[in-house]
Amino acid sequence: MPGESLTVDHVAVDYGTLRVLQDVSLDVAPGEFIALLGASGCGKTTLLRAISGFVKVASGRILLSGQDITSAPPDKRQMAMVFQSYALWPHMTAAQNIGYGLKLRKVPRAEISRRVDEMLALLGLEGFGERSVTKLSGGQRQRVALGRALAIGPRILLLDEPLSNLDARIRQSVRHEIKALQAQLGITAIHVTHDREEAMVMADRIAILDAGNVAQLGSPEEVYNRPVSPFVAAFMGADNEIRLRVERRNGEIHIPASDHNDAAVLLDGESANGDGVHVVGPGCGDVVAHFRGEAATLIAAGERPPGGLVLRGRVRQMSYPGGIYRYAVDVGDRRFMVDDPRRIEVGESVGISLPAAALHLYPAELGRHEVAEE
Amino acid sequence: MTGILRSTAAAWVPRGLILFLVAFVIFGPLANMLLWAFTEVWYFPAKLPIEWGFAFWERVFRPQGNAMESLINSVLIALTTVVIAVSVSIPAGYALGRRRVPWRGIILVAFLLPQAFPSVAVHINVARIFYSMGLAGTFFGVVLVHTMQGLVFSVWISTAAFATIDHELEEAARNLGASALRTFFTVTLPLALPGIMASGIFVFLLSLDEFTGTFFVGVPDITTLPLLLFTASMEGNYQIASITSLILLVPSVAFMLIIERFLKADVLAKIGN
Repeated sequence: MPGESLTVDHVAVDYGTLRVLQDVSLDVAPGEFIALLGASGCGKTTLLRAISGFVKVASGRILLSGQDITSAPPDKRQMAMVFQSYALWPHMTAAQNIGYGLKLRKVPRAEISRRVDEMLALLGLEGFGERSVTKLSGGQRQRVALGRALAIGPRILLLDEPLSNLDARIRQSVRHEIKALQAQLGITAIHVTHDREEAMVMADRIAILDAGNVAQLGSPEEVYNRPVSPFVAAFMGADNEIRLRVERRNGEIHIPASDHNDAAVLLDGESANGDGVHVVGPGCGDVVAHFRGEAATLIAAGERPPGGLVLRGRVRQMSYPGGIYRYAVDVGDRRFMVDDPRRIEVGESVGISLPAAALHLYPAELGRHEVAEE
Repeated sequence: MTGILRSTAAAWVPRGLILFLVAFVIFGPLANMLLWAFTEVWYFPAKLPIEWGFAFWERVFRPQGNAMESLINSVLIALTTVVIAVSVSIPAGYALGRRRVPWRGIILVAFLLPQAFPSVAVHINVARIFYSMGLAGTFFGVVLVHTMQGLVFSVWISTAAFATIDHELEEAARNLGASALRTFFTVTLPLALPGIMASGIFVFLLSLDEFTGTFFVGVPDITTLPLLLFTASMEGNYQIASITSLILLVPSVAFMLIIERFLKADVLAKIGN
């Protein structure tokens, strides 16, 4: 089963008068696993449904291995979808569900039963073939749905949040199972999810969707370490933000002292191999800095660590999610969530110490959803 | 501890009374009917029949009595009515339950209209129209009247049965390569079948019990069991009336058993949507 390439070329989709997909372009290489990641309503499921042919495309083209399938009906696209609800047919057994696509293709009965058994074995469902799907557990149903999709040898595998109905514990292992199976079969896969970690763990590349646009497309490392816009930064967990006035000189970022922070001179990420500040845009004047709570550490009020930026504030809240403590720290009128392994009492004055690599700077005049010209 | 026991006992007294009343209201008339079916002689002031026996059963079932003919008529009319009603309600239910149909609510209410007016008034007018069309006194005329009454139930129940089916179940079939028609026959119809069967059974029973329409359109050429029952009751022959009722009870009980087997609660719950 050689993987096939998929090209989404400037696709827009309307629901009535509402444009839900603005202008989406995406190139998927053969055998690649792409995750469409975004909050609900961002258009990720709509994009998947446009690819599978269930919603009409208002403009743009969809190409499957170079062949234009934009207006082909869903039953002629030879893609297979795994639905969030699994959409297994309750009036059929597990084996009948898996064999349905083969029966449509007029495969001889003996061959169908052989391929269904093969699929059941591949998915670890031996002996469950004659079971009604209503008598299977959530995890087993999920695997039958996957088996039904894979049985026809689809040109593209489409996954519509297939893990969201599973228990958190099973979900972890199923992620790896699906990824391993996809890699083993070499099949091109598109996976829709709202779960950041799921996308990071499973995908070769992640497309982050925001309000009907692709906000960023890149490898998990790229979107995590080098988010192109404040939106992507916040979505990928760097949701603490502070306004700063900076200057960029000789491969360094200079931040003067203010009421809330000490003066700092930080390495510029451009020249320091990813060890410095990640700067988007000119990196001069007013900027918004984003950082992750887990990338910061808390220090005592008087402490002055070498390197890095220090914000001065006061602990307002504390919680213990396990392993580390999570603090809400007020700096001026802003509140930051910071993780730290040590226990600090509420009300204490502290410094938030940020290493250069923890900071992402965006031009302050840039809208939250805009991408700076570089 | 004894206080709790006493209070539960006290709570059971009104419950027991209510249960007894309900049971009496339901089973009282049935018991009376059973008694009459096996009575030969029973007159006032005797509390129970004076003579028991099967003499009237012989009268009902003997060849020159028209009970068997009426029974066969009833069943044939009911079966034909079911076939027509179901063949109308499968496409109608699919369209109303799964597609965007303009005036959907009004169409559904239109099927209810014949039930909304006094039954005698509706059927007298139907009889007049059928008479002018030559349908009065014919098998098909009676079937049409029964279908008109049955359609409200079969269309509504089928609509509900189709509406409960998740769209993704159909999409999954289309996605794997099934045409729209193939999807309907392999996925949609089998999933709606329990509801459609229930509606068929419902129409069957309705037709079996139908009196007014048959009376105005069918008499005197078509006789069904309810008409026989009516005649017997009017003549004061309670034995024949009771025995006829018992025969009519058989399909009703069968209905209870089948409906319990096939009808999902969620099918009925969707009728209003």
